[in-house]
Amino acid sequence: MIPALKINNLKKTYGGNIHALKGIDLEVEKGDFFALLGANGAGKSTAIGIICSLVNKTAGDIEVFGHNLETDREKAQECLGLVPQEFNFNVWEPVLEILLNQAGFYGIDRKTALGRAEELLKHLELWDKRNEQANKLSGGMKRRLMIARALIHKPKLLILDEPTAGVDIEIRRSMWKFLTQLNTAGTTIILTTHYLEEAESMCKNIAIINKGEVVESTSMQNLLSRLSIETFVLDLKEPLDTLPEIEGLSLRQIDAKSLEADIDKSRSLNFMFEGLSKHNIRVMSMRNKTNRLEELFISLVEKDQINETPDIAESIEVQS
Amino acid sequence: MNTQQNLVAFKTIIVKEVMRFLRIWVQTLVPPAIMMTLYFVIFGNLIGSRIGDMDGFNYIEYIIPGLIMMSVITNSYSNVVAAFFNAKMYGHVQEMLISPIPNHVILLGYIGGGMARGILVGVIVTIVSLFFSDLTIKHPLITIGILLMTSMLFSIAGFINAVYAKNFDDISIVPTFVLTPLTYLGGVFYSINLLSDFWQTVSLANPVLYMVNGFRYGILGESDINPWVSFGLIIVFTAGLYTVAYQLLKKGTGTRS
Repeated sequence: MIPALKINNLKKTYGGNIHALKGIDLEVEKGDFFALLGANGAGKSTAIGIICSLVNKTAGDIEVFGHNLETDREKAQECLGLVPQEFNFNVWEPVLEILLNQAGFYGIDRKTALGRAEELLKHLELWDKRNEQANKLSGGMKRRLMIARALIHKPKLLILDEPTAGVDIEIRRSMWKFLTQLNTAGTTIILTTHYLEEAESMCKNIAIINKGEVVESTSMQNLLSRLSIETFVLDLKEPLDTLPEIEGLSLRQIDAKSLEADIDKSRSLNFMFEGLSKHNIRVMSMRNKTNRLEELFISLVEKDQINETPDIAESIEVQS
Repeated sequence: MNTQQNLVAFKTIIVKEVMRFLRIWVQTLVPPAIMMTLYFVIFGNLIGSRIGDMDGFNYIEYIIPGLIMMSVITNSYSNVVAAFFNAKMYGHVQEMLISPIPNHVILLGYIGGGMARGILVGVIVTIVSLFFSDLTIKHPLITIGILLMTSMLFSIAGFINAVYAKNFDDISIVPTFVLTPLTYLGGVFYSINLLSDFWQTVSLANPVLYMVNGFRYGILGESDINPWVSFGLIIVFTAGLYTVAYQLLKKGTGTRS
């Protein structure tokens, strides 16, 4: 099957000596919900910019649904939709006009564009604002407008570069729901985000870019299965005077009535509770200390630093 | 994209650009009308009556074609330079760069927008001039031809300026230090026959001279320059600048990092 996106040895060098991308290879399957993660400056936005013809590459090849971006540019671009990180519409234009213009750039006639714009704006709860100038919209509405604009030509591959940055949790969740529906309907989605729980809950596959290189590209399930230790925060019924020693369980006291517990993933939670019960410790509630993906992400991104600073290598290896 | 889709995209850019300058008509259409009214009153009526005839026409009749052309040049140029620079500056040029529109269509769309404003302002200034003088057009086809070509040429020039501009100063430097002197010294207010041989020769290096005189020939039937030379040079300049603008857009100069 032809992949939705295929990147071969993509390089980007700025000013002759800043290597933003050092030859990345990536493949995104058709219908995938793909997470592209990396710290600020890792090269994610540069890669997306090159895929979307907003940045000139230094070397490499990109194919979108089998269309080479260099030799078959128009066909490749017809398949792509982008929701960029920054607001980049003309803020003085009315909402509906922004969508109709974008449709026009893809050669879609006005009548068809009007129908699609109405459908999208209603779905994204912006129809009432269709005649408002874009600068009068709230931050969340502007994000949704950019999603509507990216979808007006029905792209087969939608790229979202931190679409939920600065958006409140209610809108973020409604956007997650919308994107999941879109993916279920057949649109391939590539998502970059700093909210790792977002990537963990929605994406099937994942690639992590660090310092211009892909340091990991695998399925989300495969990546998460590599976690050997999970950390829980436990809220206790009674204050604890002395921290007990329980074999197979690493405990740390946060305050009188809460503990942190590291447990090997090969052991069941019952093992932890049995151990605590033996010491008359009763747990009222518990939660994961950190996002699981976040732990992996940090360990992968910091691998380079391990070589540079051997003294912290040990602690990171314990986590991964 | 097929031809039909390219036409839709072309029309979209032109309509977007026309709506943009109409939305801010107080900044784009009113100032040239006021400025030209002042020119007609001061240079035409007050000072012009003391200057007497020039090339067989009273002074206000003589300067009207030049003033119309000056408005067309400055407005075509400033429309494209402002529109494309703003699109770059605020990022909405990306809406086009990400889409499959051919570069020729983007370029022609912006040129069309610049021409629409230049010609509309030209029409407004022409209407204003009718309050000061009777205007009869001797050679309508030449007049329209020179008007369209000049407007196109300066729209392309504005586009090239916008491609290289990195801040707001960069879009005012060329109009202030290049365009205005060339226009004022391009025979808008005088015939180059009044100059010494040396300065006449120097004036021939000014491209605006050919446009002003070509347009004056179209309206009055009199010109310092053979109108066909004017036409020929405008076509050469236009083709040259179009090629440069297209290559800049294709390479992504100023638009793609």
